[in-house]
Amino acid sequence: MTTTVRNVVRVAPPPAGPSWRGRLRAPAVFVLVAVLALVVAPLLLEPFRLGLLAKYLCFGIVALGIGLAWGQGGMLTLGQGVFFGLGGYAMGMYLKLHDAGGDLPDFMVWSGVEKLPALWVPFENPVFAVAFAVIGPVVLAVLLGSLVFRQRVRGAYFAILTQALAAATVILLVGQQGLTGGTNGLTNFFDLFGQDLAADGTQRGLYIVVAAVLGVLYLVAWQLVRSRFGRLLIAIRDGEDRVRFLGYNPATVKTVTFAVSAGMAGLAGALFVPVVGIISPALLGVVPSLELVVAVAVGGRFSLAGAVLGAVVMGYAKTSFSEQFADGWLYLQGALFILVMTLAPKGIFGLAATARDFVVSRRPRTGRPLMSTGTADIGGPLIEAQEPRA
Amino acid sequence: MSGALLEVRDLSVVFDGFRAIDGIDLTVEQGELRFLIGPNGAGKTTLIDVITGLTRPAAGSVRFEGRDLVGRKEHEIVRMGVGRTFQTSVVFEQLSVVENLDLAASFRRPLWSLARRRRGVSDAVDAAMRTTGLDALADRPAGVLSHGQRQWLEIGMLIAQRPRLLLLDEPVAGMSGDERARTGELLTEIAKDHTVIVVEHDMDFLRRYASQVTVLHEGKVLVEGSVDEVRADPRVQEVYLGRADDKSRTGGGGEGRAGGDGDGPADGRSQAGDGEKSRGPAVGSAAGEVK
Repeated sequence: MTTTVRNVVRVAPPPAGPSWRGRLRAPAVFVLVAVLALVVAPLLLEPFRLGLLAKYLCFGIVALGIGLAWGQGGMLTLGQGVFFGLGGYAMGMYLKLHDAGGDLPDFMVWSGVEKLPALWVPFENPVFAVAFAVIGPVVLAVLLGSLVFRQRVRGAYFAILTQALAAATVILLVGQQGLTGGTNGLTNFFDLFGQDLAADGTQRGLYIVVAAVLGVLYLVAWQLVRSRFGRLLIAIRDGEDRVRFLGYNPATVKTVTFAVSAGMAGLAGALFVPVVGIISPALLGVVPSLELVVAVAVGGRFSLAGAVLGAVVMGYAKTSFSEQFADGWLYLQGALFILVMTLAPKGIFGLAATARDFVVSRRPRTGRPLMSTGTADIGGPLIEAQEPRA
Repeated sequence: MSGALLEVRDLSVVFDGFRAIDGIDLTVEQGELRFLIGPNGAGKTTLIDVITGLTRPAAGSVRFEGRDLVGRKEHEIVRMGVGRTFQTSVVFEQLSVVENLDLAASFRRPLWSLARRRRGVSDAVDAAMRTTGLDALADRPAGVLSHGQRQWLEIGMLIAQRPRLLLLDEPVAGMSGDERARTGELLTEIAKDHTVIVVEHDMDFLRRYASQVTVLHEGKVLVEGSVDEVRADPRVQEVYLGRADDKSRTGGGGEGRAGGDGDGPADGRSQAGDGEKSRGPAVGSAAGEVK
């Protein structure tokens, strides 16, 4: 034991545990942001802007899931739009049936459908619709994940697979005009649980719900990241094959994470529909799925807050920029993505860390021997794992 | 099915027509410390890979406590009680030393219970940290460790798993003299209450710490016996000891890297094997230069 083994390792003392002030910083920031979002924003913003913010926060929920799956778990999912769409359509179907009040939804009449399709019938029940918005995506993700991850499909192959899923979903939706509303999707909603959807009060209430859901899900994701599960997820991201030899099945861990992120996207879709008033194939295909991944990358994929922030900021930037230059956004978005990926791979939220790494890499190394794996003996003194002093 | 912990019978592994392992029999008893030696391409690492489920054999059986291991997934074999380290030590650089050990110690917990945060340090992790002497580095990210410390961390992770059979793949490759001595002490300590198989290349290390040795050559078992018996065997001297002695005196450590000793196809094999091993573990690179 320690008596038999000489302690030849000389190291700087380990950093002391965070002080109570350090420990309280994250919760304090969270509370501050929550107060800003739940109290200050509804008071200050006019209804139109508040509605836009609610929309960005819906994207923020999807981004949170992407941050979890991609940033923490290394699963680059380019098809979150599919889960978002599942949730959105579930909610849209309920709203459509509710508005029709026992008749057929308007678009079905236009497409010559005479009887309500069996697929639609359960969505008359709002509880079923909302539950399906979450459970549907989770089940789909579990099916997909257990198939794909067990076969050790990962990296670019997984990304392409999810993107193909998004493309296929759009084709499916567009092709079934009578069932799904085709390219137009589902729109023209008037009433949510007895509330007029156009009323300012309803929209304000919806905004509060969206913000609260995002807050709760953020806490859930935060807990997950800080737990052993989160450590395991990072380990899988950085060395999946090694994790197998720790006795874990990476496929299970990845499937669970993927399902959580899918559930989040589904819930976001269900919230998005009453907030924005439409769900259509254009909102869940390859491009919107990619846009969210870009937003997460720009915000900072290794931090949950960065992911959410990225989605909200990019959503806002898209709206305000498109107001002035209709087509310019696409180029700006592309340029921003390239800029971030080359200069600050950790995104806006990781700028401080990136800058620190840059400074450290510039600093001359103090004659510490660099040992790489598998090299021959190096004579000299043993490891001197000392921090280069500034 | 006697008391043997591990029984390998008539095992063969074929890589693209090349017989990396050609009918090996190996029996390891409970509590044994067994060294596997042999020149490059003898099939040492491949044998470890087959036992731990990384490589599928063409024929033969591997039984651990009477149960067949062939065809099982890597993590299932770990769960049965067989743990291993890698030649290119692979640890999770983004996680701290204690987190690395804790993950290794936690795999028996049900998945849902992992959703809770780690509170404090469990006994298994604490013991592993003290045995390997890494307690001073507990909260440092594993990325800042030196090569030797990484190897110790890997061994510590292996202890924390509490396996019944430990397989160490060249634990002292690339280590300095001091580090070798320390690893030897560590190994002696572990072997007191574990069954251990060590793949090693370094003859000095072997002489000092080994008792039972199995010599592999070109995919077959050449000799098996005590260190002295093996060293005295003329066949072993011919295929291995002479050359390896030279090598260890000049300080060559890593198999396949020391290179230049004639067995052409064997070298190619061992490199292919390396590539296979480091599929995922890109974590292992960039050893000490983080910071």
